[in-house]
Amino acid sequence: MRKIAYEEAAMEALQEEFRRDDKTVHLATDMNEPLFEEFGGERVRSTPISESAFVGAAIGLAGSGFRPIVDIRMATFGFVAMDQLMNQAAKITYMFGGQAEFPILYRMTVGTGMSMAAQHSINPYPMYMNIPGLKIILPSTPYDVKGLLKTAIRDNNPVISFEHMGLGEFVGEVPEDEYTLPLGQASLKKEGSDITIVALAKMMHLSLEVAEEMEREGISVEIIDPRTLMPLDRESIKASVMKTGRLVVVDEACRTCGTAGEIISSVVEDIKVFKNLKASPKRVAGLDVPVPFSIPMEKYVVPDKVKIASAIRVVMADNF
Amino acid sequence: MPIKDEDLNIMFRKMLTIRRFEERAIQEYQNGNLYGFIHSYIGQEAIAVGVCSHLRIDDRIVSNHRGHGHCIAKGADMKRMMAEIFGKKTGYCKGKGGSMHIADFKIGMLGANGIVGAGLPIATGSALAAQLEGGDRISVVFFGDGACGEGTFHESLNIASIWKLPIVFVCENNMYGVNTPTSYSMAAENVADRAAAYSMPGVFADGNNLVTVYETTEKAVNRARTGEGPSLIEFQTYRWRAHFEGDGMPDLRPEDELEEWKKKCPVASMERQLLETGLMDTDELKALDAEIIAQVQEAVEFAKQSPDPDPEDALEDIFSKQGVN
Repeated sequence: MRKIAYEEAAMEALQEEFRRDDKTVHLATDMNEPLFEEFGGERVRSTPISESAFVGAAIGLAGSGFRPIVDIRMATFGFVAMDQLMNQAAKITYMFGGQAEFPILYRMTVGTGMSMAAQHSINPYPMYMNIPGLKIILPSTPYDVKGLLKTAIRDNNPVISFEHMGLGEFVGEVPEDEYTLPLGQASLKKEGSDITIVALAKMMHLSLEVAEEMEREGISVEIIDPRTLMPLDRESIKASVMKTGRLVVVDEACRTCGTAGEIISSVVEDIKVFKNLKASPKRVAGLDVPVPFSIPMEKYVVPDKVKIASAIRVVMADNF
Repeated sequence: MPIKDEDLNIMFRKMLTIRRFEERAIQEYQNGNLYGFIHSYIGQEAIAVGVCSHLRIDDRIVSNHRGHGHCIAKGADMKRMMAEIFGKKTGYCKGKGGSMHIADFKIGMLGANGIVGAGLPIATGSALAAQLEGGDRISVVFFGDGACGEGTFHESLNIASIWKLPIVFVCENNMYGVNTPTSYSMAAENVADRAAAYSMPGVFADGNNLVTVYETTEKAVNRARTGEGPSLIEFQTYRWRAHFEGDGMPDLRPEDELEEWKKKCPVASMERQLLETGLMDTDELKALDAEIIAQVQEAVEFAKQSPDPDPEDALEDIFSKQGVN
């Protein structure tokens, strides 16, 4: 199968959906050149640096029959448009009693590891998960990002795609033929029998590398990537933990009120899965600090392979 | 174009309908039959009616927290409005929105909004939709003087201007953000002056005179419809009631100010004009009023008799049932 980069796969998704549906419109502070060249300046607009206005304009467009795609670029800029995202886009379907559809895709990059300091190095998706009304995807591979973005564009609800900036150049297999992936379906990235690792975004790739090391130590690791956070495929995660009895969740986002905590809660509050646990689940998450600039400090506050391996060993050594 | 006599009659009927609807809502609130927020539109009726009289059903409006008047002026059904205000299943939003979030997408009413200034970007997007559609639909957004302190006001005017969007920005300057005078909170003398910064016409006009509102809006609507771009209109007006009904926020505005503005009542002055010009006589006015009061009564009865939502209905409509396209 051909191999392309994550960001190329994402671009293909947009191009294909723009060809498929002439109600699609692209808004971003800088012109999306390939889209602009193919579809022109009416549908592909560069906006002033006015996040509230263009994030909100997408709601008005969607409520008027269009299918806007808004590239907010970095998640840090999403904070500038918080009312329009959290209070408007998330609630408008519900508040108006479901009388209209708001098909919107908002894209934002997340992640750390680029020495961009606190404002530009963030993973705010847990905060968005706490606001009902937004669907959320967090793809980790070129294959996933293409298939999920296509579905997100077709979805008749506001969807936010969080894309880790450390994955843009990551190359992986993507079929030439058209395909889509459903929201709310986790992906089994590696089969194993001793321990379940639920890993998000870039952490999935680190966990795969750690899993190879663990195999050499005789530990069989299963890796699940939820891929979409809303809806969250709790069932697949629980089924895997039923099999292995052990769970580690790896997420770069901050620990407190995070996605990792939500996943562990979902697992342990199911009495069947809880009784089947062989060890206390563990999370490997970002420390609760703003991400610092200096490389030694930045590395210290986010998960890495050593921390993941150490958590796996602790959970494997633990026995109820 | 001068207003046709029959149009004046229709507009007066709408103004009086808003007045009676609002009076009844306040009464129901005071009687303990309503809960939550009611932001009364009394005193500002000429603006919603004078503006919306230029709009077709397929034109779009976005409203704010003080939205009942805009809904009625755009043609919303009072029964479903009242049912929503009563929190009933038959309301426009099935009881999920209440007074502050009434919408009717079928008549181009894209929703009232509880956040000051939040409607401007949404309306701007709907105007972009109209431009992309290629027809001559337009959008209108209603907002107060307070919204002009929000970034969304400036961002939306700027974007509408650079893209020449078919939109009319209608500021209802009732001189106060809750109890804070706009003369204190705004550096510019008039909201309309700010249009210059966004290279669009800005007009200041009397918002309590229906004919003035109608004529002022006509130019802006024509400009939008013919693809010439956006306009900003500031209508001077005054709200008669406190920011919202109930004791939650006392009205600290000078008492004599309200008395002065009551003399400029948009409904009464229109009534005088109709009588003076002979478009209606006293009996006709009385009959019209009785008819409207009966319609409002019907709406209240409909609301009261309607079923409450089932508690578990709360879990519906978080996402559109339409799923994936």
